[in-house]
Amino acid sequence: MDTVFGVEFDGGVILASDQTNARSILTYQTNLDKITELSSHSAMGISGPNADLVNFSEYISKNLALYELSNDGLKLSPHAQANFCRGELATALRKGPYQVNIMLGGYDTVKGEASLYWMDYLAALAKVNYGAQGYASSFCLSIMDRDWKEGLTCDEAVGIVEKCIKELQVRFLIAQPNFIIKVVDKDGVRTLKFGADPADN
Amino acid sequence: MSYDRAITVFSPDGHLFQVEYAMEAVRRGSTAIGIRGKDCVVLAVERRALAKLQDPRTIRKIVPIDSTTTLAFAGLTADARVLINKTRVEAQSYRLTCEDSPSVEYMARFIARTQLKYTQRGGVRPFGIATLIVGFGLNDKNEEVPVLYQTDPAGTYSSWRAQVIGGRNAKSLREFLEKNYNDDLGEKEAVKLSVQALLEVVDSGAKNMEICVVKTGGVKHMMEESEVDAIVKEIEAEVEEGKQKGTGSS
Repeated sequence: MDTVFGVEFDGGVILASDQTNARSILTYQTNLDKITELSSHSAMGISGPNADLVNFSEYISKNLALYELSNDGLKLSPHAQANFCRGELATALRKGPYQVNIMLGGYDTVKGEASLYWMDYLAALAKVNYGAQGYASSFCLSIMDRDWKEGLTCDEAVGIVEKCIKELQVRFLIAQPNFIIKVVDKDGVRTLKFGADPADN
Repeated sequence: MSYDRAITVFSPDGHLFQVEYAMEAVRRGSTAIGIRGKDCVVLAVERRALAKLQDPRTIRKIVPIDSTTTLAFAGLTADARVLINKTRVEAQSYRLTCEDSPSVEYMARFIARTQLKYTQRGGVRPFGIATLIVGFGLNDKNEEVPVLYQTDPAGTYSSWRAQVIGGRNAKSLREFLEKNYNDDLGEKEAVKLSVQALLEVVDSGAKNMEICVVKTGGVKHMMEESEVDAIVKEIEAEVEEGKQKGTGSS
């Protein structure tokens, strides 16, 4: 039911997700932030039950912080982070799986390039230029297939993301009134816009 | 009858020899000084003369434990590495379960507890290190104040306004600090006092010292050699002045 998708552009990645937290016929909240910052230059959009979403993202981000402290400030690249996540998903798969589907976007400050990864609950990992998790993929992939090209600017990528959001709001059965959009680039992770303020309690 | 075999054995006069020998190992280590200013904490360590072919950047005596806590140690470097790694994992574990950063006191208590565990089990030896843990904490009026804790191989920990660990001259340095410390030290004065104290043990000046200033929020600033050098020169100039005044006034 969750919508999580991402689009890579020249020098960064846009990540977007809906803000609904619901189960069965009940909506718990409509301002959930499903894109968690993993480190200074990477973020992960996660779909799945709220328990696994929070548990998995906190576990990964604390382990990444530990790595940085233990290794004299050395940061893990997005590629390494994605593979670390995948490894954790794979290990847990045959013990107590995390039911999370992920879009991980990061900026490698050493190489100076951005990357986007698609990961699912069975611990499959793929590096992609754009991607979507959940039902959203049925609606959005075709738009991204048509509009994505090499060397997009940030604004053009945000344009594609907003087109996808509009499509979902028109054609997807489940109403998702609020979306949150974040960008990951050389300046780190920041929120571009949101439908409802996640900090509103 | 030798009572220093297994650490779990008390000697007849109540000594735990292994723990005392561990403290001797600390004395053989290089000096580390911690000074609590009114809005900062300064850690100053002696950087013993390196072999020519050795890369000085890979020798770290002042290390981050967590983004808000910093630690300096004296004693066996390998033991320090193990203890520091355990402590770092504990800090992240605390953050994961409590959704909050651990206080400096909590980290000091953890380190002390760990050091104690290794004095009460058979087949292991105590950690041959003493540590100085610094950061900021809240006082009973909920204001952010600098804190400095010390642990030793016996597993005791306590808070200090200024402390010295390691080196043969720790006792005389502590007396020096007692004479010259006051509760109102600003950053410059605290750094100067720590350099003055280190100069008593370190012979060649700035290149054998590493100074770190920790400010509000646990933000740490490792001083560049040039900055330290400037302070050393300032102190040496004052000493010269003092000498000349002394000879002039006769």
